[in-house]
Amino acid sequence: MKVTIDGISVEVEAGTSILNAARVIGGDIVPPAMCYYSKLEGSGGKCRTCLVKVSKGSEKDPRPMPKLVASCRTTVMDGMEVQNITSPEVVEARKGIVEMLLINHPLDCPICDQAGECHLQDLGYEHGLAKTRYEFDRRTFEKTDIGDKIQLHMTRCILCYRCVFVADQITDHRIHGILNRGDHSEISTYIQAAVDNDFSGNVIDVCPVGALTDRTFRFKNRVWFTKPVDAHRDCDHEKCNGKVTLWYKGEDVLRVTARKDVYGEVEEFICNTCRFDKKKTADWVIEGPRKISHQSVISSNHYDTLQPLPVVKTNPLLVEANKEQFDRQTRL
Amino acid sequence: MARKLLLEHINVPGINTFDVYRSKGGYAAVEKALKTLTPDEVVEEVKKSGLRGRGGAGFPTGMKWSFLAKPEGVARYMVCNADESEPGTFKDRYLMTYIPHLLIEGMIVSSYALGAKVSYIYVRGEMMPQIRILEKAIAEAKNAGFLGKNILGTGYDLELYVQPGGGAYICGEETALLESLEGKRGNPRIKPPFPAIAGLYGCPTVVNNVESIAAVVPIINDGGEEYAKIGIGRSTGTKLISASGNINKPGIYEIELGVPVEEFIYSEEYCGGIANGKRLKAVVAGGSSVPILPANLITKTINQQARLMTYESLSDGGFATGSMMGSGGFIVFDEDQCIVRNTWNFARFYHHESCGQCSPCREGTGWMEKVLHRLEYGHGKMSDMDLLVDVSKKIEGNTICPLGDAAAWPVASAIRHFRDEFEWHVTNGPEAITRNFGLAHYADPLPEPVAS
Repeated sequence: MKVTIDGISVEVEAGTSILNAARVIGGDIVPPAMCYYSKLEGSGGKCRTCLVKVSKGSEKDPRPMPKLVASCRTTVMDGMEVQNITSPEVVEARKGIVEMLLINHPLDCPICDQAGECHLQDLGYEHGLAKTRYEFDRRTFEKTDIGDKIQLHMTRCILCYRCVFVADQITDHRIHGILNRGDHSEISTYIQAAVDNDFSGNVIDVCPVGALTDRTFRFKNRVWFTKPVDAHRDCDHEKCNGKVTLWYKGEDVLRVTARKDVYGEVEEFICNTCRFDKKKTADWVIEGPRKISHQSVISSNHYDTLQPLPVVKTNPLLVEANKEQFDRQTRL
Repeated sequence: MARKLLLEHINVPGINTFDVYRSKGGYAAVEKALKTLTPDEVVEEVKKSGLRGRGGAGFPTGMKWSFLAKPEGVARYMVCNADESEPGTFKDRYLMTYIPHLLIEGMIVSSYALGAKVSYIYVRGEMMPQIRILEKAIAEAKNAGFLGKNILGTGYDLELYVQPGGGAYICGEETALLESLEGKRGNPRIKPPFPAIAGLYGCPTVVNNVESIAAVVPIINDGGEEYAKIGIGRSTGTKLISASGNINKPGIYEIELGVPVEEFIYSEEYCGGIANGKRLKAVVAGGSSVPILPANLITKTINQQARLMTYESLSDGGFATGSMMGSGGFIVFDEDQCIVRNTWNFARFYHHESCGQCSPCREGTGWMEKVLHRLEYGHGKMSDMDLLVDVSKKIEGNTICPLGDAAAWPVASAIRHFRDEFEWHVTNGPEAITRNFGLAHYADPLPEPVAS
């Protein structure tokens, strides 16, 4: 299947989504995704930040699609042509989505543990406005502890449903879900039951914002002051292979997370024993410093960074093809 | 007197019982279809009739049926969407209350055409009396051998179930309806796949509105071509209109598509004119989610043609000067009604009914409602109108299901046509709480079209 995204062609297998095809190309043309998670089946389609314009449906049926489509849930067709950052319509719509996501978000980044590795922060920085047009009270919830390890801060939630999918697919049983509807929807365990499963800690890793935080790490440190180090141990849990990232402050391991890739998705889910109970260097075999994606503040001045493919800025074909729109879109 | 196809015998006493319905020629369509026609021929008749979905979108029913995937060994389902909850629309409830056997007869014929062995009628949770009526009617039909195993000795089996919903507007969206029918949270699914490929329990499914299914009965009885003779152009047949608001005779009217809107409002046969001798200010022509039109644009199109009650004529002029047929919820406003308040009321409804799955609708509907509330109570700002238009644009088309569009259109259209009234609410804040803007120029004759 040949698909062209923002003028760049790539060959992908049938059944690949537009978003994943864009990730094969890499660089600036990858649509942002707040709810899609490649490791979780059925995720995506909800946050609408990954909307793209399909300007040519396929080789057989070249009609463009009438509306913007969610790239994470739309499969590619042979000969499909997609516009992401070269379409002003898409950029405008995405700006709108970011604004919508932020109107009820508390913007309490200064006291939020997720700050520095928050997808909404990155998204807001890239696409958002400096000023809000929303002049009403924001929706708030009481924060609740779900179990002794995880705290739920519903006010920050963007309802991506990722943690629901994790509970369905990674853990044995799900005891939390979405209650109510509309902007009253909330993630809840309904009767305040504790989420206590061997893999429940993974909901913290998949949460794109600071709605689910690690109680063993809360307020211990800002993530950008800690040093990520790859490590592993022989985990006796059958589903966990013990490959993790340790976050050091000085000599202390402040927290343990799964290893995350460029798109902030974990490589392999880890068990709660590795995550919450093994916080001594002696428990681990150290592999070396963790490379953190280029855009994160965590990586500032620390380590070699993963550079994005310099696709858009140097590909003469693309520049030629989209000259007019490109000028408008190029950020300072 | 216009022809009545669905409501012909509505005034016969006891028409809700099987015996009376049968004596008036009921279930003839089932006999005709099952004994003399193949399923494909039934689909062909419906295609010929040009019947368009009566639930709101107006998609040709025959076409929808022919899209149904028919893989070997996989069950197919026919689902009736009786989750009628659009503000201003109440035709399905009327039909189910007074002539339930018409729906059941339509369900048998449609299920036969699609090869469904099990069919469901998904009824909105608030309609408990209608659920009981339907269940009683199904039991009667089953007793008479029109449902169950080996119907009329033709070897066709059909089980028909009534499923009460939870009363959520969103469950009228077909994929949310299917989720709810499966016992899950009523969130719309992401399409594709469409229900015709993977619907209820992952099997090919057709979801149709109550009125569309009922309309299959006269189509089979008289033939598709006969049905297509009624109406104008691609708007064929008759349509139930739920007329409400400031009119002398609110209620359900079965019209032949093509009646002029002006005649529908003012003639004694239908609405009987505006109540209390007032003047017409605005009309919402097809249920709360379609654009609202001022009096001058609802009776005449922008090209000075008389506007007719057809799918095409009502949408003439696109969203700039037109509206939509929708589900036929015809709401009439007289000069004493406040458009700002009405728009706020609609926005409040969509805010309450948004499922909260995708972000533009979840957050945007609440935002619009708050801004409109502020405007209605005299605390608005001049910039609010542009803000509302912008927010509605950001919602429209960017959501999973059409609820986002349905929330955005009434707000955008009200500001487009009634901007001065909104501005008056800002400039005369305190006065706006005690007094209405009145008719203003909204009924003035349209300017002559500019010759080009």
